[in-house]
Amino acid sequence: MSALVNIIEVKNLIKSYNGQVVVDGISFCISPGSCFGILGPNGAGKTTTVEMMENIIDLDSGDILYKGAQRGKTFSQQVGIQFQHTELLSYLTVEETLKTFGAFYQSHLPVADVIELCMLDNIKKKMNNKISGGQRQRLLLGLALLNDPDLIFLDEPSTGLDPQARQHIWSIIRGMKHQGKTIVLTTHYMEEAQNLCDTIAIMDRGHIIEQGSPDHLIEQHCKEEDCPKNLESVFLKLTGKYLRE
Amino acid sequence: MSFKRIWALFVARNYEFVRDRAGFGWNILFPFLIVAGFGIIFSSDANTPFKLGVFSLAPKSVVIEELSIPERLKSSDYIKIVPFETYDQAIDKLLHHKIDLLVENKGSRFRYWINESSPKGQILEKIVRESVLNEEIFLDHLEKNQIQGANIRYIDWLFPGILAMNIMFSSLFGVGFVIVRYRRSGVLKRLKATPVTAFEYLTAQMVSRVLILLFTSSVVWFGCDLFFSFQMQGSYFDIFCIFLAGTFCLVSMGLIIACRGTNEELTNGFINFICWPMMFLSEVWFSIEGSSEWVKAVAKGFPLTHFLSAARKIINDGATLTQVSSEMGILLGMTLIFLTIGSVLFSWTK
Repeated sequence: MSALVNIIEVKNLIKSYNGQVVVDGISFCISPGSCFGILGPNGAGKTTTVEMMENIIDLDSGDILYKGAQRGKTFSQQVGIQFQHTELLSYLTVEETLKTFGAFYQSHLPVADVIELCMLDNIKKKMNNKISGGQRQRLLLGLALLNDPDLIFLDEPSTGLDPQARQHIWSIIRGMKHQGKTIVLTTHYMEEAQNLCDTIAIMDRGHIIEQGSPDHLIEQHCKEEDCPKNLESVFLKLTGKYLRE
Repeated sequence: MSFKRIWALFVARNYEFVRDRAGFGWNILFPFLIVAGFGIIFSSDANTPFKLGVFSLAPKSVVIEELSIPERLKSSDYIKIVPFETYDQAIDKLLHHKIDLLVENKGSRFRYWINESSPKGQILEKIVRESVLNEEIFLDHLEKNQIQGANIRYIDWLFPGILAMNIMFSSLFGVGFVIVRYRRSGVLKRLKATPVTAFEYLTAQMVSRVLILLFTSSVVWFGCDLFFSFQMQGSYFDIFCIFLAGTFCLVSMGLIIACRGTNEELTNGFINFICWPMMFLSEVWFSIEGSSEWVKAVAKGFPLTHFLSAARKIINDGATLTQVSSEMGILLGMTLIFLTIGSVLFSWTK
């Protein structure tokens, strides 16, 4: 039986801005079909790490392999990306935006299916500049899923959403996991990470300071009786309680 | 390269342009404002080059023919008579360059006042002096000759400049500024995450903007033609080719501005820094004939200079494409250089 190939392998990744190292020699692997969460305080290097994996920014050194090989020209055809901050073309409707982005790929899911999946039907004729923050997040998620990717990067997908919208985003992510998709998730919501992620890497100051399943991390770091048995306790214990920004 | 992706981006950009009501409205309204402006400037006497103040008169009941000033001053198409009730009112206007020369509306001795610091006043003084002389005395000294062929009206000379100027501003702001705004807001970053290449994106932007500009320029052209009946000496196909080449060249120039940067204020300043010298030195409003050689050399570095030179040769002189091939070659060469620089330096995010 052949060994299971990691869908992503990150090796000794380094990135600096203006002489300041923001990602400092991190390495990890992500297995296919899993949800890999990256947590960390603001400025920990999460977004930089993810954007290097997405091929949006260049690495200073290190290596990133996709399915055991260098990321080639077809990488962008096979991944779906939802950025933390993105504006869209203001005067396109939701449906036109999906159709426009669909045309960028060799093949894509039917736009109607994405509209249904992300519950965009009642706003599909609305211009992008007329939709709410939650509706915009659902559209951005729809764009990330449009090309039926093997690997999906979600950078804080539920930030700013109300509990109902967040639950809906979670249910879509769970659905993707059931379909065997691999998800890389960054989030500030510990509950979200605990609910969705199979493996979590906690970053601080450009390093991965801890990695494992949510249960394993809780078990390992919440041994004291007065320590609440949740991921937030683990996070605060490892990264401290003082403000970073 | 994928034509499907270029087409999708092209259609999306056109939707953006048409549905942005403020922007689209302005792009349609602006040409008509230009037409209306020209209508006012060229149909009224506001373009009379000299203003001659006359006192003492009751301004509401002035009959020019009854004034006690030389006939040649009253009948000139290029001198506007401005009546004043009192000397004090009139001299104040002369002092502030509101009029070029002041004369008294009295019989026997013809008195006039001039502001020595006014160049137009100096010229008008010569006209005023000449007006009191008998024309016979010129006959022995001067010989008048008419130029051959049809006269080129100033508006026929100016009009290609106005169109080209409009194209220049729309190219640089419509491409340069818009792409920088998209970069700042993350739209370009989102596109970078797709299979779209920089070449495909820039091609779609260019083609969309060129078509929009050719459309709006056509509206201005035919709108103005209704009012002023332009004298078009060359072929419409030839002028279309020059406008196409000129627009592509200016849009390509916009791509250089758009290739980097996320600061809209800086981009705005940079575009203005390029536009204003180009507008003045490329002879949009006035000729730079007689300027120093270095000014002419700088002007030759601007695409608008060659665009306008070719357009005027076709519109005013009836030149053919072969006769403007040097300008066409320079425009195409500049387009190639601008496109190469813009594409090489283009960044989705920086």
